[in-house]
Parts: sequence; structure tokens; C-alpha cells
Amino acid sequence: MTSRRFWRILAPVAVGVLFLAVWEAAVRANGIPPYILPAPSAIAQSLWVDGPSLLGSLLVTLRITLAALAAAALIGGAISLLFARSRILELSLFPYAVILQVTPIVAIAPLIIIWVREPFLALLVCAWIVAFFPIVSNTTVGLNSADRNLLDLFRLYGASPGQTLLHLRLPTALPYFLAGLRISGGLALIGAVVAEFVAGTGGAETGLAFRILEAGYRLAIPRLFAALFLLSLTGIVIYLLLDLLSRRVLRHWHESARTTEDE
Amino acid sequence: MEALGAIDLSVARGEFLSLLGPSGCGKSTLLRIVAGLSPPTSGRCELSLGGEPGRGHPAGHIGFVFQDPTLMPWSTVSRNVELPFRLAGRVRSIERDRVAAALRAVGLAGFAHAYPHQLSGGMRMRVSIARALVTDPDLLLLDEPFAALDEITRLALNDDLLRLWEASRPTILFVTHSVFESVYLSTRIAVMTARPGRIAVDLPVNLPQPREHAIRTSADYAQMCETVSAALAGAMAARDPR
Repeated sequence: MTSRRFWRILAPVAVGVLFLAVWEAAVRANGIPPYILPAPSAIAQSLWVDGPSLLGSLLVTLRITLAALAAAALIGGAISLLFARSRILELSLFPYAVILQVTPIVAIAPLIIIWVREPFLALLVCAWIVAFFPIVSNTTVGLNSADRNLLDLFRLYGASPGQTLLHLRLPTALPYFLAGLRISGGLALIGAVVAEFVAGTGGAETGLAFRILEAGYRLAIPRLFAALFLLSLTGIVIYLLLDLLSRRVLRHWHESARTTEDE
Repeated sequence: MEALGAIDLSVARGEFLSLLGPSGCGKSTLLRIVAGLSPPTSGRCELSLGGEPGRGHPAGHIGFVFQDPTLMPWSTVSRNVELPFRLAGRVRSIERDRVAAALRAVGLAGFAHAYPHQLSGGMRMRVSIARALVTDPDLLLLDEPFAALDEITRLALNDDLLRLWEASRPTILFVTHSVFESVYLSTRIAVMTARPGRIAVDLPVNLPQPREHAIRTSADYAQMCETVSAALAGAMAARDPR
């Protein structure tokens, strides 16, 4: 392990530990009650006690997140292909994709929950709306950034539009798509949580977002923090997994996937 | 904007013709028209390739080398060279053998499974040349292929290109802005002027064949370089008051 890699891991861990220590000390020294600000130890205890039930809720949220991400990748990718295929289609539809993206999901989630009766599907649609845009905009740019000389070469060798798409445009777009996917991973989780907040219990199952609301109402602040911790952890794991996927897929050729070691 | 003026140029089969001129004289545009990648605004460009006269030409009869290697970074060297066959929808063992032979010809036999980013600039250019040659084209178009390379690599690739040309004798149109390169490589040099580009002087190069490195220091070579330089200076002065 090189010293730079060592510091990349050690430095943030040290900051985290220091932060938790100061937090713990401040709470104890000032006698702050746990319903205002629980000490890290109290949060850890709550995590231990409520862990199993929180994990169950996490699974509900995670299912919505992953389904929304998969839908964003599939439908987003398909929309990009349509956009790359037809400039008219892109020009006429892209503004609406932007509108969908900039409209706060909190504002339209109640409508979606009314329109879509099935609770899981309603939450899925909300999370999808938040998550699909980076994939569409990135992949569309990628599909249109094929090297001009290579495009000429494909023409010279009489390539069909399908061959150009398969052998040139899609590989060019792949790093863009994966970058979009990494952003969408985090957004899908945010979308799922926001939708759960708006929907409340909605159905029989309760996601992590609702547990946070509930804990807030009951002033069970340590549990609120514990749920929050699980949520952040999930977001980090999703990001790391997508980052790993991107590196695996692009490892042979793309600058973004090459570490200093293999140069 | 008009890049090219009236161009009247005929090239014989097996000739190595250099198009020499300042930047912006439309050399590249001319090459694109010949390749059929851009239509001429007026006039026509007739090619007689593979024994069939006429304008249409089947894919693979023309090879094109750009100033950049223009490789697909996601494909290995052999997959890059194989591209013309893959686009034609036939990659059998015959084609694979030809890919291997093309790589041997440019001295990259051991790099078939390397990725472009693992190669040096000169090696990438060799891959690009191998790809252009793999279909055994009748016409090879090169658009300042060595302009971005260092002097040593450039000289080495000059010799390689000559060797490859002598082996299969395709007709070559070679765009360059180097007097020395054009004299060393070609059998004929067309000096072009800028804005609009047209052919000012058409000079045969009567240096002995096959060319070898020793020619670069011969008096004949120096004499020819001087003639071509003067022609180029004259062509530029005639058009450009600077």
C-alpha cells in the first residue's frame, strides 16, 4: 500500500473519529438531553436495539431505490437512443425532460400517489422521475460524441447505421452512461425517501423514510439518527458499487478507470 | 467558404503523389472528396479501382489514414485492424490471417492484444496504417499522418511506408506540409496554394528507387528539396501578399 493510498483512507477516518469524540464529549459535558441531540453512543445503542426492525424498513426503501434505478437505466437509455436517432425528437422532447427534472418531486409526489393506486408503483414512479435525467442527458451526449474521423472511416467502409451504433456510438457512450448511472444511484435513493415522506405509510410496508418521520413525532431522536445513519450508509454503498461497476467495465480503455498503478 | 479552387489532377495507378501546401490550402478537403466522404461542389472525381472503372467503388478499395491514429480505444489492436472486415460482415480465418499479416508488416506482431492506450504515438500510427492496408486497397489516402510525431519516429515511419508501398504498390495520395518528407517519399509532388486551394506546380521526383536513408544526404535530394521549396515559396507569394 502506497503512502498516498494510506492517507486517503486514514485521513477521513481520523476526521470522523475526532468528530464523533468531540460530539460525545460535548453532549456529556453539557448534559444535552437525547431528544435534542443524542450522543453517538446512544445512537449506536439504538442501532443495536432497533437494528433488525430498521433493516426491514431499509429493505423496503432499497427495493424501491433499486427498481427505480433499473427503470432509469433502461428507460433512460432507451430515450437517449431515440434522441440520438432523431434530432427532431430530441429537440421537441428534451425540454420536457428538463421540466420534469427541475420540478421539485415533493410538489408532484402527492399527485402521483393519487394517480397511481399501487403504493409500490407510485413510489417507484417518484424515484424514477428524480433518477432518470442524468442518464438521459449523459447518454445522449455520449451517443453524439463519437469521433468524427471514426465516423468517416465507418462511412468509408460502408457501415450501416446499425453497425455504426453498435460498434461506435454505443461504446463511445458507455462511459457517459456509467457516469450518469453513478449520479442516478444517489438520486434514486433520495427520490425514494422523498416519495415515502410524502406518501406516509401508504401501504402495509413502511420504508426507512417513514421510520424517520415516526421517530421524529415520538421524539425517539436516537432512533431517528440511527435510521439516518443507515440511509447514508446505503447511499455510500450504492455509489461505491456503481463506481466499482464502472471501473470494471472500463478498465481496459477509459481514462477514468485507470489507476496510477498501471501506468 | 470555398476551400478549393479548380483542381485538375490525374493520378496514374501505382503512383506516390504528395500534395504539398500550407495549412488551409484544402489538401484535406481534396482527400475527402477523393474518398467520397465529401461531395465536390462542382466537377467530378473519377476513380478506377480494382479494375472496374466508374464512380462507385466497393468498400475496402480505399484505405484512409488520418492525422490522428483514430483508433477505437475500447478495442484491442487486432480488433481495430479487423474493423474493415467486421463492417463488411465477414471475419473468417482468412481475414484473421490478413490482420496478423498486416500487423507483422508494420512491426506490431506482438501487440495484437494490447489496447491503444498501452502503445506509443508512433505505434498507434502503425496500427492505423495496418488497418488502412489490411484490405489490400488500390488507393491509399494519407492526411498528414506523421505531422504529430517526433522526428525519429517520423523518419522510421517514412521508411516503413515506402517499404509497404513497394510491396503492394497501391496508388498513394499523401498530404503533407513538409518539403523534405514529400521529396523523400513521392514519385510526384503537387504543390498547392491557399484560399482557394489549387495546384500551382506539378513536379516529378526523379530520385532512384527504392529510396533508402542514404538518399537524404545526397546532392540530388538536396537539389530536389530546393526546387520544391522554391516552388512552394513561389506558390505562396503568388497568392498571399505577406
